[in-house]
Amino acid sequence: MTSWFVFIIVGHGLVAIALALMGLKRRVAVLLAAAPLGAMFLWAITATVTGNVLDGGALVAYLEWLPALGVSLSLRIDALSLIFLSLIAGVGLAIVAFSGGYMKKADPPGRFLALLLLFAAAMSGLVAVDNVFGLFVFWELTTVTSFLLIGYDDRKGSARAAAFQAMLTTGLGGLALLAGLVLLSHAAGTTSVAGIIAASPTGGVVTAALGLVLVGVFTKSAQFPFHFWLPGAMAAPTPVSAYLHSATMVKAGIFLLIRLAPGFAGDPIWVPLVVSVGLVTMVIGAWRALRQTDLKLLLAHGTVSQLGLMTALAGIGSPAVLHAAVAMVVAHALFKSALFLTMGTVDSAAGTRDLRLLSGLGRRLPVAAIAGGLAAASMAGIAPLFGFVAKEAAFAALIEDDRWTAMGVIAVASIATVGYALRFWWGAFGAKPLVLESTSGEEGSTRPTAGLVIPPLVLAAIGLVFGAAPGGVDRLVSAAAPGGKLVLWPGWNLALALSGLVLAAGLLVHVQREFVSRFQRSAARWAHERVGMPSTERGYESAVSGLNRFADRVTGIVQNGSLPIYLAIILSVTVGVPAGAWAISGGGWQGSPWAFSAAEAVLAVFVAVAAIAVTRSQSRLAAVLLLGAVGYAVAGLFVVYGAPDLALTLLLVETITVAIFAFVLMRLPRRFEVRKWRIRGWVRGTVALGVGVFVAAGTLIAAAQRTARPVSEQYADLAPGAGGTNVVNVILTDFRALDTLGEITVVGIAALGVAALVAGLRSPTGGRT
Amino acid sequence: MSTAMAVAAGALFAAGTYLIMQRLLTRIVVGLGLIAHGANLALLGSGGEPGAAPIVGGSTGVISDPLPQALVLTAIVITFGVTAFLLALAYRSYVLTDSDAVEDDLEDRRIAELSRKEAA
Repeated sequence: MTSWFVFIIVGHGLVAIALALMGLKRRVAVLLAAAPLGAMFLWAITATVTGNVLDGGALVAYLEWLPALGVSLSLRIDALSLIFLSLIAGVGLAIVAFSGGYMKKADPPGRFLALLLLFAAAMSGLVAVDNVFGLFVFWELTTVTSFLLIGYDDRKGSARAAAFQAMLTTGLGGLALLAGLVLLSHAAGTTSVAGIIAASPTGGVVTAALGLVLVGVFTKSAQFPFHFWLPGAMAAPTPVSAYLHSATMVKAGIFLLIRLAPGFAGDPIWVPLVVSVGLVTMVIGAWRALRQTDLKLLLAHGTVSQLGLMTALAGIGSPAVLHAAVAMVVAHALFKSALFLTMGTVDSAAGTRDLRLLSGLGRRLPVAAIAGGLAAASMAGIAPLFGFVAKEAAFAALIEDDRWTAMGVIAVASIATVGYALRFWWGAFGAKPLVLESTSGEEGSTRPTAGLVIPPLVLAAIGLVFGAAPGGVDRLVSAAAPGGKLVLWPGWNLALALSGLVLAAGLLVHVQREFVSRFQRSAARWAHERVGMPSTERGYESAVSGLNRFADRVTGIVQNGSLPIYLAIILSVTVGVPAGAWAISGGGWQGSPWAFSAAEAVLAVFVAVAAIAVTRSQSRLAAVLLLGAVGYAVAGLFVVYGAPDLALTLLLVETITVAIFAFVLMRLPRRFEVRKWRIRGWVRGTVALGVGVFVAAGTLIAAAQRTARPVSEQYADLAPGAGGTNVVNVILTDFRALDTLGEITVVGIAALGVAALVAGLRSPTGGRT
Repeated sequence: MSTAMAVAAGALFAAGTYLIMQRLLTRIVVGLGLIAHGANLALLGSGGEPGAAPIVGGSTGVISDPLPQALVLTAIVITFGVTAFLLALAYRSYVLTDSDAVEDDLEDRRIAELSRKEAA
C-alpha cells in the first residue's frame, strides 16, 4: 500500500517535468495534471477503507536515507495524514480543473500546473513522513514551491515582492522549526515524530524547543505577529491563493499543531502561547476582513482569522476540542477553496473584484452565486452545512471544558465571521441600488465556461453533503482525534443558543454595515494617531532593509577588495584557530635536540638571516640574489640530511630560477615601486611573525607526536626488486609513478601558460616586445 | 626534528608571508619561493634524525627516510613551474600596465563603496 503512495508521489514529479517541458495544449495539460492528483485521491480513499486506519492504526513504511544521522524518509500515514492527503488531492483536482479555464489564453498552462503538482507533492510528503528531518525537508519544499507559485506572475514587481516576503517569513520560521525539532528529537532519543510524541519528554530544553517549533508553525500558518505575509500573497493567481490558503501551505502549521498537541499540550508554554496567539490572530483577521473592499483581500484576512481559530483550538488540546479542530480543518478547506474560486469566477466575468463596483451579478452568474452562497453560509456556520457542524462541535467542546475566555473571544470573532461572510456574498452577487450593474469583463460579456463554475460548486456541495450527513466524515475525524462526535442536530443546548446569538449579531453587523465601517475607520484613526500602534508589516520592512544595510556594511569591511588584507585575515585564522586549540588542550610540549650536527646549525642560522634580509631589500636584484643564496643554503641542508638528489635538483632549479628572474628583471625597474599600503607594516609584521612561530612550533610538536612506524621502512628492501638502488628515484619512478606523472603535467601546463603569456605579447603602444 | 630545522623553516615562512602580503608581483614571487623552501625543510625535518643517503649498497649505516625526500623532490619541481608562471604574469602585467602591482578587486571595491554611501 505504501509503495503505491511513494509511486504516486514520484508520479507527481514526473508529470510536472513532462508538463514543464512539453508545450501541451490546455485541455491535455489539465487532464495530465489531474492524473496524479486523482490517483492520490483514490489512494487516500482506498487506504481509509481497506486498512485499520479507522481503528486508530497507521500505514508504516521504513525508507532509509542517511542512517548514520538518524535521517530517514519513513512514512507513517494515519487518519490525520489521510484527511490531509484527501484534502490536498481533492481540492487540488478542483483547482487544476478551475485553472484550465481561468488562466489567460496567452499563458501556456504547463509551467503553472507543473509548479502546482510539485507543491502538492511536497505537501503530501509533509503530512505522510514520520522522521523529523524528512518533515523539515518537505516543510521547506512547500516553502520554496509556494514561493514560485506566489511569484508566478514574475513580471509584476508586487508579485515578486510578495513571494519574497512569504518565503523570507516562512523560511525563517522553518529554520526555527529545524532547531526545535533537533532539540525535541534529542530530548526524546528518537528522530521519529510518532516516537517523540509517544515519549513526550518534559523539561526546560523541551519548552525552549517547543518555542522554536511554534515560531515555525506561526510563520507558516500566518499567525500574529507573522500574519502579514498572507494578505500580501494575494498577488498570486487566484487558483494558487485558493489552494495555498485553504487546504495546503497554511494548514501545514495547523497540521503540526494537531500532531504535537496530544504529546505536548501539557508543557507550560503550550496552552498560554498557542491559545493567546490564535485568539489574537482570529480577532485581528476578522476585524480587518470586515474592512476590505477587495473581495480577495476580504477572503485573505478571513483566512488569517480562521487559521487563528484553528490554532487556538489546537492549542487548548483537550481531546474534544482537538476533535473539533480537525473537523474545522476539513470544513475550512472546503468552504474557503470554494469561496476563492467563486471570487475568481466573479473577477474573470466582471473584470474587477472591488465590491463597491460589483452589482447584480447574481442574476448573470446563478451557479456561481449558489456555490458562493453555500460556501459563505458554511463559513458563517449556518445549518445544514459542514461549517455549522464543525463550529457546533467546537462550541460544545469549549463549553464542556469550561474554556469560557476562549469561548467568549471566539464567539465575538465569529460574529465578525458571519458579518464578512455576508459581506462577501452581498459584495459579489448582491444588487446594489446605487451601483451600475456589472456587465462585461475584460474578455467581453461571455458567459463563464463550465470549468469556472463547476469546481467551486462541487466543493461547496461537498460541504453540504458532509453537513447533512456528518457520520461518514466523523469516523475519519474521530480516528484522527478521538474525543467527540459530529452531529447535525445536537439538540437544544447552550452551544446552539450561542450559535443562534452569533448569527443574529452577525446579521446585525451586516445590516448596520455603514455604522460598522464608520466605527472601524475612527477606531483605526484613533489607534494610528493616539496610540501610534506599531505595524508588524512595517517591522518586517525595516528588519529586511536593516539586514541589507548590515550585510553591505560587513561586506564593505571584510571584503574591501584588497588582496593583502584578505591574506592577512585568512592567515590569522589559519594560525589562530589551531594555536587556540593547542593552548586549550593543555599546550603539550616535548623537548627536541637543538641540532643533529654543527653544519646543520650553521646553515639553518644562515637561512634564517638571509630570509629576513630578503624582506628588507629595496632593489629587485638584491632580493633575487638573496633568494638564490637561501636556495643554495637549503641545498646545503639537504646534503647534511643525506639527500644528495635533492641538493643537486635544487641547485639546478635555483640557477634556472635566478636566470629567469634576471630575464624578467631586465625589463622591470630596478627598484621596487614605493606604494602606500592600506595595511600597515606592523600588522604585516605581526601576522608574518605569527605564521613563522606557528610553523616552527607546529612542526616540532607534530613531529614529536609520531606513533606509527614510517611507511617507508621496507622501501629500501623493495627498491632492488623495482630495478634500482637509489630509493628516492625508485619511489618517484615506480612506487609513486602516478604522482610523478601528475607533476610532469603541472610543469607542462605551466610551460604552456608561460608561452601564452610571453609569446606574442604586444605593448599598448603597438610594438612587439 | 631538530630545533634548528624548525627555526629555519619558521623564519622562511615568516619572511615569505611578510612578502606575499604586498602588492608587487615580483615581491610575491620571491615570498612564495621562500615559503616553498620553508615547506621543504619542514618536510625533510619530519623524517627524523638524518642518516646516510638512501642508496642500497651505498653505505652501511642507518639511511635517511626516503619518503620525505621524494615528496620534496616533487615540490621543488612544482615550485619551479609556479615561479616561472608567476614571473611571466608579472612581466605581462608590467608590459601592459607599466606596473607589476596586484590591484584591488574592483567588484569588491564597489560593494564597499555602496556601504559607505548608505552610511552617509
